[in-house]
Amino acid sequence: MLGLNKTVTPTQITHGQRLWLYALAGLVLAFLIIPCLIVIPMSFSASQYLEFPPREWSLRWYQAYLGSPEWMAATWMTFKVAVCSTLIATLFGTLAAYALAQVRGGLAVLVRGLIMLPMLVPIILVAVGVFFVYSRTGLNNSVSGLILAHSVLAMPFVLIAVGNGLQGFDMNQEMAARSLGASRTWAFVSVTLPQLRLSIFSGALFAFIASFDEVVVALFIVSGDSSTLPRKMFANIRDQIDPTVAAVSTLMIGLSLVLLVVMQRIKRRQLEETA
Amino acid sequence: MKPLSLSRSDAGSYPDDAMSRRLALAELKERWTLLGLTLPGFALVLLVLAVPLAWLGWMSFLDDGGAFTLANYARLLKPVYTSSLLTTFQIAFCVTLACVLLGYPLAYLLSQVPERTGQVLMALVLLPFWTSVLVRTYAWLVLLQRQGIINNTMLDLGLIDQPLSLVNNFFGTTVGMVHVMLPFLVLPLYDKMKNIDPQLMSAAANCGASPAQAFRQVFLRLSLPGLASGVTLVFVLSLGFYLTPALLGGGKVAMWSMKISDTISLFGNWGAASALGVTLLIVTLLMLWGLRRVFGIKGGY
Amino acid sequence: MPGQIAIRDVYKHYGAFTAIDHVSLDVRAGEFLTLLGPSGSGKTTLLNVLAGFIRPESGSIRVDGVEFLTLPPHKRDIGMVFQNYALFPHMSVAENVAYPLRLRKVAGAERDRQVRRALDMVQMGHLGERAIQQLSGGQRQRVALARAMVFEPKIMLMDEPLSALDKNLREHMQVELKRLHDRVGMTTIYVTHDQKEALTLSHRIAVLNKGRLAQLDTPDALYERPVDRFVGGFIGESAFLPVEEQGHQVLFQKRPLRLPGGSVRHPGRAHVLLVRPERLHWQPVAGPEAMNRIDAQVRDVLYQGDSFHVGLALADGSELAARFLRGAATPTAPAPGQAVHLWLHAEDTLLVAESA
Repeated sequence: MLGLNKTVTPTQITHGQRLWLYALAGLVLAFLIIPCLIVIPMSFSASQYLEFPPREWSLRWYQAYLGSPEWMAATWMTFKVAVCSTLIATLFGTLAAYALAQVRGGLAVLVRGLIMLPMLVPIILVAVGVFFVYSRTGLNNSVSGLILAHSVLAMPFVLIAVGNGLQGFDMNQEMAARSLGASRTWAFVSVTLPQLRLSIFSGALFAFIASFDEVVVALFIVSGDSSTLPRKMFANIRDQIDPTVAAVSTLMIGLSLVLLVVMQRIKRRQLEETA
Repeated sequence: MKPLSLSRSDAGSYPDDAMSRRLALAELKERWTLLGLTLPGFALVLLVLAVPLAWLGWMSFLDDGGAFTLANYARLLKPVYTSSLLTTFQIAFCVTLACVLLGYPLAYLLSQVPERTGQVLMALVLLPFWTSVLVRTYAWLVLLQRQGIINNTMLDLGLIDQPLSLVNNFFGTTVGMVHVMLPFLVLPLYDKMKNIDPQLMSAAANCGASPAQAFRQVFLRLSLPGLASGVTLVFVLSLGFYLTPALLGGGKVAMWSMKISDTISLFGNWGAASALGVTLLIVTLLMLWGLRRVFGIKGGY
Repeated sequence: MPGQIAIRDVYKHYGAFTAIDHVSLDVRAGEFLTLLGPSGSGKTTLLNVLAGFIRPESGSIRVDGVEFLTLPPHKRDIGMVFQNYALFPHMSVAENVAYPLRLRKVAGAERDRQVRRALDMVQMGHLGERAIQQLSGGQRQRVALARAMVFEPKIMLMDEPLSALDKNLREHMQVELKRLHDRVGMTTIYVTHDQKEALTLSHRIAVLNKGRLAQLDTPDALYERPVDRFVGGFIGESAFLPVEEQGHQVLFQKRPLRLPGGSVRHPGRAHVLLVRPERLHWQPVAGPEAMNRIDAQVRDVLYQGDSFHVGLALADGSELAARFLRGAATPTAPAPGQAVHLWLHAEDTLLVAESA
């Protein structure tokens, strides 16, 4: 009954003997998932205080979010910065990935290492470094400063995604195009780029999320009017203001889910195309 | 040493060195044009990050007047800093240990179930990965606070009389960080486990090993490199982590990254902050190197 | 007719490894020349130098008098066919073939006509709208050919284009390639490591060994008069037997060898006797004065349907093989262990130098 006696491993262990494993894994998964989702029902609570399960349901915190000029400004700022830094990171990162796939030698290693640096250094040091140079150059509390900083943070993602795409790409096609009369640039644009579009898009997706969610650097270099959404959320959480944060969090979770689904779609498309 | 060439023809070609020079120049030009494509990205990182960090590192050795000094580093010997370093390591250690205990069974199950189930479970593991750290940390704050869900549930069930202090302390910080770090352990481990040939386990059983023995001697051993990668990653990430301790520590968990942040935002002391930063970098690199030596892993970060 | 190539003293090295060691050769207009050699011989490198993807350290390549080495690949007017076809998967068959025409700004109707004509020439005319993924290996090869030919380049370069196909298809495509070349007639440089393929397709073959040109000749000349042991061993089946050189004479098994008229001995180098299996006879068919005798013992006899392949060994341990067609002259094969005399025509007695 229930197939508990079915053996499932090469060493002839049955489902029944492994129940403890299933239970443990289930608990760990619950540990992982519940916090991600718990905020959602709480955001619909009518109460001033965070409570679960909500005694009364209400949309007031969503209304508070959508109706607040500061929150809306922060949201708009976050989108603006994310889109711009994604564009910059994707452009610079794709070009760099393309070049690094073809050049060997010490200089290439240095360049790659440097572009990957933001991913390797603890974010607090990145924030301090950026804050420092922006203090000297007056870029603190500026949109362009934030865009540049987020571009720097996002480029490694693009480099990795496009780099992986290039590894699976047959460079002979570019050579064929060039032998047929295409200049190097045109061969890249007409042959390589169309086939890289999925990798570039997934890199751009990672870049967008990296910028959208980014809070530590924003903490240091923007505040008040030029706050980003995460920055404002951080302040609200730390100062325990009100559950509007729960509503914003829910919306952000929704965004994450959407992007996750898009990402899975891309992966599947990529597998199809390289089959 | 001339080859046997049956078709030696008349010359009519350039003198060798002029052509060689042209060819060498063309080769260089091509290489530098390609490298030039990396210039925008390279310049951006250089100016926004690399130069400032180098500058700060340099400044950690200067005092206010600009003279060379080790005072900034000497300050770090004060108990407030040494205890912070200790706390940082304690947290990193606890987080890593918890991740291993919770993550290994999960990764194992993930790697052993059939394809379809595996994909669903993987999606569940990836969900926190894709959710903002801020949102997750906030969720833990909500779960762990005095009037939070966990306390309320335990009170209702009669397990405790008074709400426990689960957050704004070491425990809360660790729990929050484990939640963030767990996927970083599970994913490389799963990757490695997936590549372990199940036939090896059958072979072990054939040789007379009990299932537990086969697991210990074959599977566990083979999964160790993946575990080592995961452990190294989680430990090193935990050393420098800022966001979760900042929100869940309540100011009472003095992690190194908090000290850096406070030194800048509260005191504006660049020299001191950069000394702290350099120290963090060095400690991180040392741990990376050390852990790799211990585990014998090669390969990228 | 255009497409005459003069390669002079091309030198390419990678660190300490010399890929092309000062190679010079001439290719006649309209010729089908094969670069033949084992891996690492430099043949693919030389082809890529011709294409423009690898720059040599020095040397000159002039096509119809124009220096090639200073031209970028896309200005060289060459058609290239790759080993793995390198078709563009995001375009259809017709779009692939149309690609070079678009680059040359050939207008719509004329372009379609030329695409159609090129595809017809490779018997792919009806598959213009197909996606590349739907084609078989042989079909992809044809599309690659059509694409490389459609703009009528002066020179065709082919890098082991048939090596990814299975044996039957490969032999079929060899015949098709030969026919195509006879019909269109552009200078073709073909790279392969398969000597049978080279013998089938080429007007002349350039045998490359470790970056150097060993011999450039017609297939016939290469087979009958190889210049050294490497060429002799690379083309066709062969056995190498030791000889003794005494002054003007060459001794084999203690007897002086009768050599062909134009036989050349290279001063300062050792020589060996090259024996082709199909040139051996059981009887001194042309009279004992015009033939050389080989005393050997039969090791094994392999029945191959239309022939016997007899493995033999000499007293000093050297091995050779003899191939006999089953026919009136030799109804049965000798038995293993049997001591036999084999006879080799003076004209077939090839003395080759050891390779440099």
